[in-house]
Amino acid sequence: MTPDPTATPATPAAPTAPAASAGPAPGAPATRRRLPVGTALTYLSLLVATVVVLLPLAVVLLTSLKTSEEVSEGGALSLPGDWLNLENYATAFTDGHMLTAFGNTAFILFFSIGGTVVIGSMTAYAIDRFEFRAKKLVMALFLVATLVPGVTTQVATFQLINGFELVDTRWAPILLYMGTDIVSVYIFLQFIRGIPVSLDEAARLDGANTFTIYRKIIFPLLKPAVATVVIIKGITTYNDFYIPFLYLHSEDLGTISTALFRFKGPFGAHWEAISAGAILVIVPTLVVFLLLQRWIYNGFAQGATK
Amino acid sequence: MTETTDTAPRAPLAGSRRSPRTVRRAGRGATRHPGRRTPQGRSWRHSPLQRITPWLFLAAPLALLITFTYVPVASMVAYSFTDWDGVSPERNLTGADNYVQIFTRPELFRVFFVSGYYLAASVLQIGVALYFATVLSFNLRFRNFFKGVLFFPYLINGVAIGFVFLYFFQDGGTLDSVLSWLGVRTDHAWLGDPTSANVSLAGVSVWRFTGLNFVLFLGAIQSIPGELYEAAELDGAGKWQRFRHIIAPSIKPVLSLSIILAISGSLSVFEIPYIMTGGATGTSTFVIQTVKLAFQFNKTGLASAAAVVLLAIILLITWIQRRLVPDDKVDLV
Repeated sequence: MTPDPTATPATPAAPTAPAASAGPAPGAPATRRRLPVGTALTYLSLLVATVVVLLPLAVVLLTSLKTSEEVSEGGALSLPGDWLNLENYATAFTDGHMLTAFGNTAFILFFSIGGTVVIGSMTAYAIDRFEFRAKKLVMALFLVATLVPGVTTQVATFQLINGFELVDTRWAPILLYMGTDIVSVYIFLQFIRGIPVSLDEAARLDGANTFTIYRKIIFPLLKPAVATVVIIKGITTYNDFYIPFLYLHSEDLGTISTALFRFKGPFGAHWEAISAGAILVIVPTLVVFLLLQRWIYNGFAQGATK
Repeated sequence: MTETTDTAPRAPLAGSRRSPRTVRRAGRGATRHPGRRTPQGRSWRHSPLQRITPWLFLAAPLALLITFTYVPVASMVAYSFTDWDGVSPERNLTGADNYVQIFTRPELFRVFFVSGYYLAASVLQIGVALYFATVLSFNLRFRNFFKGVLFFPYLINGVAIGFVFLYFFQDGGTLDSVLSWLGVRTDHAWLGDPTSANVSLAGVSVWRFTGLNFVLFLGAIQSIPGELYEAAELDGAGKWQRFRHIIAPSIKPVLSLSIILAISGSLSVFEIPYIMTGGATGTSTFVIQTVKLAFQFNKTGLASAAAVVLLAIILLITWIQRRLVPDDKVDLV
């Protein structure tokens, strides 16, 4: 009895033992030696990247908490005397017109996102669910438009908006964000293909017309795509500088980008106020990012590949 | 219910072709999917109201698309052959004069060379993104933290980034402090001379955009089935071989997309240099120059010609890329 249990593990162990010594054995010390070094180097590179990303931001956060004497006397890496010194934020908020700016940005965000979602989903519905003669032409129009970068055409677009007498109104950026977003059309189009046509047909037999089908069946099922579009569109619109810079000249029409840009003049070398303004603009993005991480990664990956 | 409407017009057709019941059933099942849309499509063409339905849905989107993409492109081309100042009702046809100016006046042409800095930077950017995507596709501690840290700069407002890095490169700012902390004393004005300023600005662009490339690469790598790695490991493939033969081929489409984004991106840089230096000390880019020509110097004609040149270059590059790397994802038409 006693040799048996030792024999049974020994027999499988016997072939593995030489195999282990033949195969991994020359590798084993190597991997044991290589793995920690390799892993350590990997973590080191990640750590360096983290420092490179976070240090410039952290320094600006520190600066925003300092008094102006601390900024002019201490170095960039010195710590603020009072960690809860929020005075610069108050200055940025009141003198920098940040509250108006957040209001304007919210207004523009609301209408341009709403418009993009409605327009994008309608386009996708029409293209995917109907057969009509000029379908290929319409598709080509949307496809070619993705290749035209918005920055290049603003010279002429400005004249157009000027002709509509919309320069220096909040409707100019809203129209432009709504009218030139082709990426969202593609996101909706991809998604709508996955919704079975039999649902439309069932509803049609129940007497629903095409608009009811769009509103009651297709649109509710597009929710995940809507979420993606809202996130991408929201973040890019919130961050856009070019269009508000070109079209919104009045100070009380500033969006957060242009309002922050105007800090350059009056606050000149007052880095503590400028830093507070920058942090005020970054914090909402950080909060949204932390809450919606998964959606954001997928959304931007989807948006860029289309 | 859908069954009856679907199969009704097809039943005699299938019946005439094959008489035995079993074969007919099989034939019907096979043709159901491709045939599904035909009766529907036919009925649309019958009624005039049904025929215009798609256009009711497309009216607003097409109107916006044409107004804000195609009309500007067309009028931009038209302006580019005139000496219009953008305000006065008067404009004279000047033929190709604006184009000749762009390519012969060195101060106008120079901005193209600035793109070279950003192009070089995007090579670095793609390399860094690829490295971190490969590393983080394996299980690591704090993986989500590192992923978030690398991606977050892409989400930050451009003006805020501009200010963060103005302070970073400032005399006695973040960079100088870190360097002196490491024992390197320098009073180099980072944004003071053209080469150093452009390198610094291109560095900011790497900081800002690496995250997007990284997430794209990571997504592509993670969609590789795990069995492939296991099989490769059984075959004794090393880390490099696994990268070379498994990871590299599967990220090819994303890589070619990143390259095209990098090229058109480095030609149309605007925000970072405009916010940080305003285009001073030789950091002016093509878009900064065009914006200044159009909106500061009222040279709408010349600015339009510049914009047309940029548009043509970007379209050309995209076309070349489509020829070199046939994109299997273009299934839209």
